[in-house]
Amino acid sequence: MTTTHTLAAEKLTLGYGERTVIEDLDLVVPPGRITAIVGANACGKSTLLRAMTRLLAPRSGQVLLDGKAVHRLPAKELARTLGLLPQSPIAPEGITVADLVGRGRNPHQGVFSRWSREDDAAVAAALEATQTTELADRAVDELSGGQRQRVWIAMALAQQTDLLLLDEPTTFLDVSHQIEVLDLLTDLNRARGTTIVMVLHDLNLAARYADHLVALTEGQLHAAGSPSDVLTEECVRVVFGLDSRVVVDPTSGRPLMLPLGRHHVREPAGASAGDGAAGPA
Amino acid sequence: MTSTGTAPAPDAALVRRPGPARVLWLLVVLAVLGALLATSVAIGSRGVGWADIVAALGGSSETIGEAAVTKRIPRTALAVVVGAALGLSGAVMQGVTRNPLADPGVLGINMGASLAVVAGFAWFGLFSETAIVWTAIAGAGVAAVFVYAVGSLGRGGPTPLKLALAGAATAAALTSFVTAITLPRGDIAESIQSWEIGGVGGATFDRIGTVLPFLLVGLAVSLLSARSLNSLALGDELAAGLGERVALVRGVAALGSVLLCGAATAVAGPIAFVGLVVPHLCRLLVGVDHRWLLPFSALTGAALLTAADVVGRVVARPGELDVGILTALIGAPFFIWIVRRQKVREL
Repeated sequence: MTTTHTLAAEKLTLGYGERTVIEDLDLVVPPGRITAIVGANACGKSTLLRAMTRLLAPRSGQVLLDGKAVHRLPAKELARTLGLLPQSPIAPEGITVADLVGRGRNPHQGVFSRWSREDDAAVAAALEATQTTELADRAVDELSGGQRQRVWIAMALAQQTDLLLLDEPTTFLDVSHQIEVLDLLTDLNRARGTTIVMVLHDLNLAARYADHLVALTEGQLHAAGSPSDVLTEECVRVVFGLDSRVVVDPTSGRPLMLPLGRHHVREPAGASAGDGAAGPA
Repeated sequence: MTSTGTAPAPDAALVRRPGPARVLWLLVVLAVLGALLATSVAIGSRGVGWADIVAALGGSSETIGEAAVTKRIPRTALAVVVGAALGLSGAVMQGVTRNPLADPGVLGINMGASLAVVAGFAWFGLFSETAIVWTAIAGAGVAAVFVYAVGSLGRGGPTPLKLALAGAATAAALTSFVTAITLPRGDIAESIQSWEIGGVGGATFDRIGTVLPFLLVGLAVSLLSARSLNSLALGDELAAGLGERVALVRGVAALGSVLLCGAATAVAGPIAFVGLVVPHLCRLLVGVDHRWLLPFSALTGAALLTAADVVGRVVARPGELDVGILTALIGAPFFIWIVRRQKVREL
């Protein structure tokens, strides 16, 4: 699989009813890379993802996949290139892992076509990649949170899309499983060149795992670029309304945000701002 | 998690769906249905000897016994057809709404068909079989749209309980309308009443022939929706991500299910709970894949209604108990069991 697909938003305005959530947004997703979208609650992160998979029609502007407006592409054709894992998908009671992962093959099947060898291979590869092969015959509701999330990712992999959009893939997971999921997504990106776009809540994990960081505030693009360019104390103040220090994470070399609350801070916030270890102050 | 290190090729065979159990259950259900068909022809409120049964199957209706059996044949056929339609309709409805409580009876859709037909009887001189079918389907459609709209009001959209409540309230209202229309009309009350309780007793092959085209279209539409229903089961967002046009798919599948239960109601009156019980039973047997679940629900529905009809003929000898009453007797406790057992959230 080679990823040459481009995904971009052009003067995109989105909203529900009277409320405008995203206004006049221009955004380019770098192909073959991992993009993380961060921002405060209700800044329009998930809404943007919904528009990219045409769950939500834009008020104006458009989302372009390879230069074509996604809202004019046939549904199944789009689903063969662009996959989506929503924040809380539903696992039908009693469904087995293999059955669930197999449903990722939907866009590759016609009304009358039968389950093919290709479908089998795709499901097996997806289980293998997420290390869920041994769970294939288990019921999804019996699994732990971390296992379940791996199974959902396996389902998205079985769809075999070059672009994968994930809405908060780490919510409800404890920290070790968060890392496990993000490592898995990074493996995919490295091994297959899958372009990954994910909404993440945790700024530090976003900075750590993304090649390209997009910060939204109140439906507008605040900054986009490499994590060290985007994640600055200034950015955290504007996007989250939070005073912080940004230092270099000694384990990854990526920026690491340390919030300054009103308590438990050793020195006055003002004194240290700017002279921290973070480069782009 | 450690990788077992097996090559992916044998895994491909491993992850194939467990087919044998399903095939086995399929054979079991077919065998049970076959046995029930034989029983339904052989047993009735009048005891008939084997010679008469054989003669009647050969087309003779000279003795009383043979005549009784001759009447049982279309009756059995009707029970099969109506049961299949209701079982399938319920399975599709549960899939479309992701609601374990969905059923043409519970959601008030059969009563919609009922009211339309009764109103037709009373005011429009509706006595042609085809007109009854069209009227019933239209009534079912209107009731389905109405209940879905009411159940979707407020926060959280159409949750299972809201939908069931909207359906129950609508059914109650429609039932009282039916009563209001029927009571002052002594001339038609009796024919309406027997139709309304739900019965297959008055079956003729002509009546079956009238509804059959509608049922076949409903069957085709429903079965072709199976794969889309599988996607829909994962949530609207994921279904859209898997390339389904969610609103369209939902509309088409709902149409198929309304055709089925509307036509079934037109010919046998409102029969509740078959559409509720059967899909749950089938999910236990063959799992949640609609490509198996839907045809299975049709077969099991046919078996259940045939069984109910046979039991109804036997328990109240020399009279008969209508199937509608029997399915309600089985279905009501079952309904309570589902509500109690499940976190009645979504399928």
